[in-house]
Amino acid sequence: MNFREYKVGARMFGICLGGSMCITLLMPSYDFRSATSTDMALRKQLSAGWETGWNVQDPLMLGHNKPLTVTVKVDPKTGAALPAPITVFVYDKGVHMPNAADHPDNLGASVEKLSLDKGHIGEFDAATGAVYTIDHDNGVPYIENLTATKSWTPDEVMSKASDGDVAHVGAGKTMFVREGCWWCHTLLPEETQDWQVFGAPPYLGDFNGESPTAFGSDRKAPDLLHVGSRNSSREWMMLHFFNPRLVQPHSIMPRFDYLWGEKDAKGNKIDYDKWRAEYTEYREGKRENPPEVPSYAPNSDIRALIDFMLSLK
Amino acid sequence: MLKYLFAKSEDIPSGSAAVFFGFSSILWFVVGTGLGSFNAAKLAFPDFVTGNEWFAFGHMRQVHVLAVIFGWISMAFAMAMMYITPILGNTRLWSEKLGIWNALLWNIGLSLGLTLLWGGLTSGREYSDFIWPIDLYIAFFMALPLAINVWMTILARRVQGIYTTNWFFGAGVFMVIIVFLTGNLPEFFHLTGLSEAYLTWWFAHNVLGLWITPVAAAIAYFTIPKVTGNPLYSHRIGHLHFWSVVVFYSTPAAHHLMSAPLPEWLKSFASVEGVLILVPAIAFVSNILLTMQGKWYMFVESLEIRFTITGVLLAIPLNMQGGFQQTRAINWYIHGTGWIVAHAHLALLGFSTFLEAAAVYLGLQSLMKRKLYSLTLGNMHFWMLLIGFSIYWISMTIAGLIQGAGKIYEVPYIDVVIAEHPYMIARWLGGTLVFASNIIWLYNMWMTARVGTVIPAGRMPHELAYER
Repeated sequence: MNFREYKVGARMFGICLGGSMCITLLMPSYDFRSATSTDMALRKQLSAGWETGWNVQDPLMLGHNKPLTVTVKVDPKTGAALPAPITVFVYDKGVHMPNAADHPDNLGASVEKLSLDKGHIGEFDAATGAVYTIDHDNGVPYIENLTATKSWTPDEVMSKASDGDVAHVGAGKTMFVREGCWWCHTLLPEETQDWQVFGAPPYLGDFNGESPTAFGSDRKAPDLLHVGSRNSSREWMMLHFFNPRLVQPHSIMPRFDYLWGEKDAKGNKIDYDKWRAEYTEYREGKRENPPEVPSYAPNSDIRALIDFMLSLK
Repeated sequence: MLKYLFAKSEDIPSGSAAVFFGFSSILWFVVGTGLGSFNAAKLAFPDFVTGNEWFAFGHMRQVHVLAVIFGWISMAFAMAMMYITPILGNTRLWSEKLGIWNALLWNIGLSLGLTLLWGGLTSGREYSDFIWPIDLYIAFFMALPLAINVWMTILARRVQGIYTTNWFFGAGVFMVIIVFLTGNLPEFFHLTGLSEAYLTWWFAHNVLGLWITPVAAAIAYFTIPKVTGNPLYSHRIGHLHFWSVVVFYSTPAAHHLMSAPLPEWLKSFASVEGVLILVPAIAFVSNILLTMQGKWYMFVESLEIRFTITGVLLAIPLNMQGGFQQTRAINWYIHGTGWIVAHAHLALLGFSTFLEAAAVYLGLQSLMKRKLYSLTLGNMHFWMLLIGFSIYWISMTIAGLIQGAGKIYEVPYIDVVIAEHPYMIARWLGGTLVFASNIIWLYNMWMTARVGTVIPAGRMPHELAYER
């Protein structure tokens, strides 16, 4: 054990590496903690849910146990029409509560105080689930737990909502992560001329509570952080996902037709081989029009993914 | 190899673990570059093998990256450590049995992790894509046994000092465990938001800076003096290299997120520290090249020296790019473009791979005591690897500059895609050449093990390279 002569070196090594980790990990962590959630952060956190990477609640990454984004037009208690529709985030029983419910300190001081005092986010019962919305107080956003403040339950909200009012954003972000969309599409407009094309670059507090952030690093395709503001056409998204060359002949995006699953919206089996054969004929000029893209089933993966895309405002 | 799993330690031939790691690493190199070539084909021809989840680009891209990093590069490192550390300590590997178990557990864990990733089970964090149970497996069943073996071999050495290579090995295996456990904290403790994003890139930076770069350099510190017979030019410059890696290379993680809303002080600090990466880089390159004094003919004649020196020469553009491309003045133009992809391949496929390939060539021949089966195939491997890599690097650099121009001049994105198309084809051709060269290498090494000429005791394989 001839180690003694390296005692000084080993201590120097510890000081160097420890010092480096102190500056690069400990010091920034105070800055990150003091970041105050913006509207965008609250929206992303509540719509995507606790975690959209791999986690034990959704071990096969099928988009299970994720919150729903619901547009509420009538009061679910009384049935009276609301003055204006509001967006709520429904966490049914069994769905992991958002990060802010367990760790409100991650919201940033002012948002945390409002969310706790006026929004009652601390008062949730995982056994019944909760309904959240985003409210404002003098321009400061905060999370309101409607189950605590108005005793709206997930079941009541869902019973008054039609399928068109519901967006599977949490499941859709899971698809975004699982299918590796972020290997080519970034979620981070840069502070160069990007903001004119892809929208505003994000601020310090735009990510609080989000996991994974999936910024992406290798932009082989347009940035998507604000794609829902540029293009809100569900029809275009559907064609583009099924075969991007239908709407953009030069696109190098892969086809995501397999996300349609076995059956289309009417419950008929989708014949992929026939579709591809007809598409090949179209591309070779033997057909005037490409084959019709099958409409997706309401519980298909692609529906969730398109819901997520359109939620990226 | 598997018959030694339950054998008594003294019955296991010295070097078995290193040979196991060596052949595994070549196999993973073939797999990794094969996936890379396949992925590149999909970027050039998007309808190539389509409509199947298991062959979708988004499912395969990360498998390529991690197969190459944890299969090829890291297993070649393990091979080099198990071969070189005992030699430099004038002793045997501390536990040959632990080494064989380590190689087996490494292959099992990596196969499992990559299969899950391929199926889409990912943490969604670049470079730390593995899900957290696999992360823990990697730290405690792949990295830790290797570290124990390296440390114990160094402690059990029968020489007075510790040579430069072994400082890096001993520190590298320590740092990779720390980096792994720290970088995956967001998954273990569900850290979110910017903490998650920043730690993702803290990991990505440091797994390169504190594991791949120093350990690859350490291999060159062994190969060049060993094969040329020259002593290392300067022990002190080696010190400068070692300490500046620990101090400077561990700090600039934030420069990967220059366009993200991190605190400004952190970005400025990272940028300055990033330029200081040139200190260890220049120390390393000058030390190695000066060690070659009087032996430059070996750059032509010796396969191992040719591989090593090519890798060291590629470290010059690598660090010139790396030091300056992360400053704000340059980063705003090239961030997120193919330039970065080219740079990453310059680091891993250029600089690092060439150094490790030399170690695997030299180590497998020495340990199996068999001369390389065919020097011609070895030369073919070298040139196909170098030409394939060069095509890849040049085409992706050009593609990146096109993308950068498209970005700042607000060119509609699809026009950038169209302009990049020829370079995507070139990239695929370059990658395929690399893949083909590795199949040749695997064949050559396999035949070396089977029918290579036996090396007489006391002689080095490179001394016999031209003898029939």
